Amino acid sequence: MIEWIAELGQRWPDMWPVLWLGTLDTLYMVLWSTLFTILFGLPLGVLLVATDRGGLTPAPAVKAVLGTVVNIGRSLPFIVLMVAVLSLTRLITGTTLGPTAAIVPLSIGAIPFFARLVETSLREVDRGVVEASLAMGARRLTIVGKVLLPEALPGLIAGLVMTIVALISYSAMAGAIGGGGLGDIAIRYGYQRFDDYYLWATVVFLVLVVQAAQSVGDFLVRRVSHR
Amino acid sequence: MINAEGLRKVYRLKNREVVALDAVDLNVRQGEVYGVVGQSGAGKSTLLRCVNLLERPDAGRVVVDGADLTALSRPRLRAARHGIGMVHQHFALLSSRTVAANIAFPLEIAGVGAAQRRRRVAELLELVGLTDKAKAYPAQLSGGQKQRVGIARALAPNPKVLLSDEATSALDPQTTASILGLLRDLNRELGLTVLLITHEMDVIKQICDSAAIMENGSFTESGQVLELLETPGSLLARSLFPLPASSPPDTVTLTYTRQSDEPLMSQITREFDVDVNIIGGAVEEVAGHSVGRLNVRVTGPRRQAALDHLAGHGLIVEEVR
Repeated sequence: MIEWIAELGQRWPDMWPVLWLGTLDTLYMVLWSTLFTILFGLPLGVLLVATDRGGLTPAPAVKAVLGTVVNIGRSLPFIVLMVAVLSLTRLITGTTLGPTAAIVPLSIGAIPFFARLVETSLREVDRGVVEASLAMGARRLTIVGKVLLPEALPGLIAGLVMTIVALISYSAMAGAIGGGGLGDIAIRYGYQRFDDYYLWATVVFLVLVVQAAQSVGDFLVRRVSHR
Repeated sequence: MINAEGLRKVYRLKNREVVALDAVDLNVRQGEVYGVVGQSGAGKSTLLRCVNLLERPDAGRVVVDGADLTALSRPRLRAARHGIGMVHQHFALLSSRTVAANIAFPLEIAGVGAAQRRRRVAELLELVGLTDKAKAYPAQLSGGQKQRVGIARALAPNPKVLLSDEATSALDPQTTASILGLLRDLNRELGLTVLLITHEMDVIKQICDSAAIMENGSFTESGQVLELLETPGSLLARSLFPLPASSPPDTVTLTYTRQSDEPLMSQITREFDVDVNIIGGAVEEVAGHSVGRLNVRVTGPRRQAALDHLAGHGLIVEEVR
């Protein structure tokens, strides 16, 4: 044990920059894909609820198409999805390697996931409040912006945190096919070179990142929840 | 103020049709409190939702304050809805907004500026007695307070009509009384026309000028409460004044809706030589008038003449079987 710590202390100056850059890469991938996930997943989730029977703009055909698309996205294992969208990734980013390239499959993987969570949160908004807003003469877009989303905000944030945690885990997988980040380090140093120090250090870093995301999320949920 | 003609609404379920409204005519006069009472499933709720077109009737017309809502385009219907407030059984407040922001919400929808919104919200908070709760969230309020917020919100855009969907059904008796009192005051002070639905006869008794009884999607009785009470065989009258189920023979029910200064009872015993025995009775405040009902046993050879005498003096006389 003592020897182990001593060796870690000795190697740490070399390991730290690698791990730090890996963490930054992971954060870079996760933050950008989170942004795209919100940008596309949130409207998609709203549409899933609004087009439903009894929704704001019932459109069963649209709902069926969107539901199917989301289910396809949800049913692909991420590692398969990553490979499946390689050509799209190249089309958008010009490369299939590195953190920037990883943002494409990460976003595509997380959008349907988040959209379903958004859908669930919005469904929990009291139907009576929506009806009351209609009775006040509110436009449907106003109801989405001023009633559905604010009322569901605690659930939306909780869902976003789940999505971010899933993205962190996906980003480690993206590392396996050259995406960079902490997952890449774990594979290259830990798996291919049997270097347990790197392996366990990445584990600790990943846990810390997830923990930080969860804590910030829980804090925000408490802040915005007035139930 | 509210005129609905020939309202019909049918819900199509998987293998059957439910007629929620069947040729309902509704006529609510300006400035009155109109109550529709009935069991759950009678169609009251559908009726109320047809008045602001939350539900579109399959047939019939809805005219509120001179505008035929059924004929309006979507934007004009939205504008018309600003003039029709609604209060809900489960309050339907936004849990993410403070009391003040909840009351401001319909004003935001109507495009009222921020400064004017603030002024109006302050007025309304004062009106419903919740000035100290402006910054509270609905979850921190009692049921009665939530309903007061609901009422303030409904009144914010200065509507001419207030629809009340079982506004007191989720409240305890004491709170119910205070909310009904508030509605009554608003009706009197603001000249607000109120259409309410309820399953409690007491609500009709306490604040309604007019009422309708609804059953299986249509009105079985409707009209001004006092007139209904004077109508022999009125179900509403009987519900408002439950009398002993069994009475001795020759018993009649006397209903009087206005004060009588004449000593009618002693008159009939003297003039018609009948015996009068009071079995039971009650005096209640209905629609702002005290209305009395007596069950009396009248016996003697000139019984019918005595009863005619009472009827001639404005009492409603019904034989009890």
